[in-house]
Amino acid sequence: MKTIYFDNNATTKVAEEVLKEMKPFFCDLYGNPSSMHTFGGQISRKIRNAREQVANLLSCDPAEIIFTSCGTESDNAAIKGTLAAAPKKRKVITTRVEHPAVLSVCRDLENHGYTVIELGVDKKGNLDLDQLEEQIDDDTALVTIMYANNETGVIFPVEKIAELVKSKGTIFHTDAVQAVGKIPLNLSKSNIDLLSLSGHKLHAPKGVGALYVRKGTRLHPFMVGGHQEAGKRAGTENVPGIVGLGKACQLAAKNIKEENERVKYLRDKLENAILRKCPDCILNGDKKNRLPNTANISFKYIEGEAILLMLDKYGICASSGSACTSGSLEPSHVLRAMGVPFTAAHGSIRFSLSRYNTEKEVDYTIEKMPQIVKKLRKLSPFVEKG
Amino acid sequence: MWEYTDKVKEHFFNPHNVGEIEHPDGVGEVGSLACGDALRLTFKLDENGKIKDAKFKTFGCASAIATSSVLTDMLKGLTIDEAAKITNKDIADYLGGLPEQKMHCSVMGREALEAAIENYRSGGRKKRELEGTVVCTCFGVTENEIERVIRENNLTTVEQVTNYCKAGGGCGGCQGEIEKILEKIQGDKAGKVLETAPRWAGRLTNIQKIQLIQQTINEQIRPALRAHGGNIELIDVEGDKVIVAFRGMCAQCMLAEFTMKDVVEAKLREFVSDEISVEEDEDSAQQPHNHRA
Repeated sequence: MKTIYFDNNATTKVAEEVLKEMKPFFCDLYGNPSSMHTFGGQISRKIRNAREQVANLLSCDPAEIIFTSCGTESDNAAIKGTLAAAPKKRKVITTRVEHPAVLSVCRDLENHGYTVIELGVDKKGNLDLDQLEEQIDDDTALVTIMYANNETGVIFPVEKIAELVKSKGTIFHTDAVQAVGKIPLNLSKSNIDLLSLSGHKLHAPKGVGALYVRKGTRLHPFMVGGHQEAGKRAGTENVPGIVGLGKACQLAAKNIKEENERVKYLRDKLENAILRKCPDCILNGDKKNRLPNTANISFKYIEGEAILLMLDKYGICASSGSACTSGSLEPSHVLRAMGVPFTAAHGSIRFSLSRYNTEKEVDYTIEKMPQIVKKLRKLSPFVEKG
Repeated sequence: MWEYTDKVKEHFFNPHNVGEIEHPDGVGEVGSLACGDALRLTFKLDENGKIKDAKFKTFGCASAIATSSVLTDMLKGLTIDEAAKITNKDIADYLGGLPEQKMHCSVMGREALEAAIENYRSGGRKKRELEGTVVCTCFGVTENEIERVIRENNLTTVEQVTNYCKAGGGCGGCQGEIEKILEKIQGDKAGKVLETAPRWAGRLTNIQKIQLIQQTINEQIRPALRAHGGNIELIDVEGDKVIVAFRGMCAQCMLAEFTMKDVVEAKLREFVSDEISVEEDEDSAQQPHNHRA
């Protein structure tokens, strides 16, 4: 059975071109870039090249890119590093819909004497900027707000937020793990101070990420040890991963426009057909202001894990905000923050596409989805006549 | 991905006995949409008092559906007394086992069966009511129910209790109580989960007391409020008077007063001192919309 992969916000396929670029760095060019000999030293040029490729995608200076091991590390480094560099300030502002890589870090800060403000969102998942403005004061060390939401794809007005935060003299970090490679970014014209990205969300391998640190931003190193990454992130470089991330960014920069138009067309086709063919389902998030690849739909009266397993039988991979799939007993914190009723949150399914998806795959899913919903609703005690 | 047995998958993809019996002899309904799973079980007896037919309708994950399906199979041909002896373990065993975190599905099956039998015995009138005090308010689980899953499945940790009946899996505020129930039943076997839970040990200096109050707020109170989008901040301590401010959802919550007495004050009395009284900070009480969102 062929796998239809609609879970690209969880992770993506490594692009063949990326893998090809990485291969020599395992058995042939395995030297340590910090070494004095030519064999190791030549690797540092490759890393410089990758840094330029990442910087090019973000339109920033290569010196502003620090390679890390993942998006979570970038988030931790940005948040904890900023606070450590401004020890007198004790307030952090974030949102209720952040990824756990930010939210859990912030909640942990509360136990260390920090005041953490979690801004709410409206029904469509949008922020109230007035509320943010009200909250920023002299004691605020950091504002950390995601670029685009991993569950709903909703895009926050990050440029506006960055401008607002800057006008108040505070540092702004954004977790852009879901945005990089999907929508164009231009950091040279932006007031963002820190930005996290992750390799495996844009067709690079797992185990590599990056943190953009605007020049002049004070950041205490998170990983301490050797002098790698200009002393900002110790640890021997993950050379194949970094080279892969560079290549993936180069590919993304080259193709972002046309690919995302195609991905958006497929997403819209899938989403519209499902909403039309399946009764009692709701689109979660802001229909207009969204990533081009993400669709989050709640199917009333049925439960997400059951839907996923039925999809799985047809080789279709998606994900759910239901309690049963989260490993906890409560449904998605993002959907709950948006006021999606528990009942609809339990039956939410996220389809996230990539450039590797085809129209045939979309058509196949459009054909199967209504059958699955019908079958499960027949079992549901909340549907009177199944 | 959950590791389900072939039997679970078989019953999930092709469930038996789906539907509702018209004019049933017994009806059992448990769970709710909000809880993430719900089951309506109906059965009919033959002239000899044996279960002739049983049907189900279930909202829930794969294991909830498989559990319901297999339960209706098991029931057929049993007398009411025989059916009443079925435990959640029997149901899980019949499926070749369930993942530990999914054991609550088998408990839901047994609960629905019990409710249906009760409904039959009372001549179709009695609806199932919660017996005993509610321990877990997030999922509406009573002390009786928790005691029962502990006994029937020989559970020793809070995590297991959560896996089996969901209690403690929401805000986590009742985990201390579950631990006490475990200790009562299992004695020394009960695994200690909250090793670091602060305990009052003799006279405290002022600084120790304030630290203990802060620790209790961090570990015992905030997680419960957080689960509902709220938050709390310690403003000041004057002797035994603790002044706090509610934030987030709590700030606008109609039940804030209730939370203050039943959660904040109760926890501080439990972990710090019986003399503690709690008050809300004046500024925070007066400016509900100036709070964090």
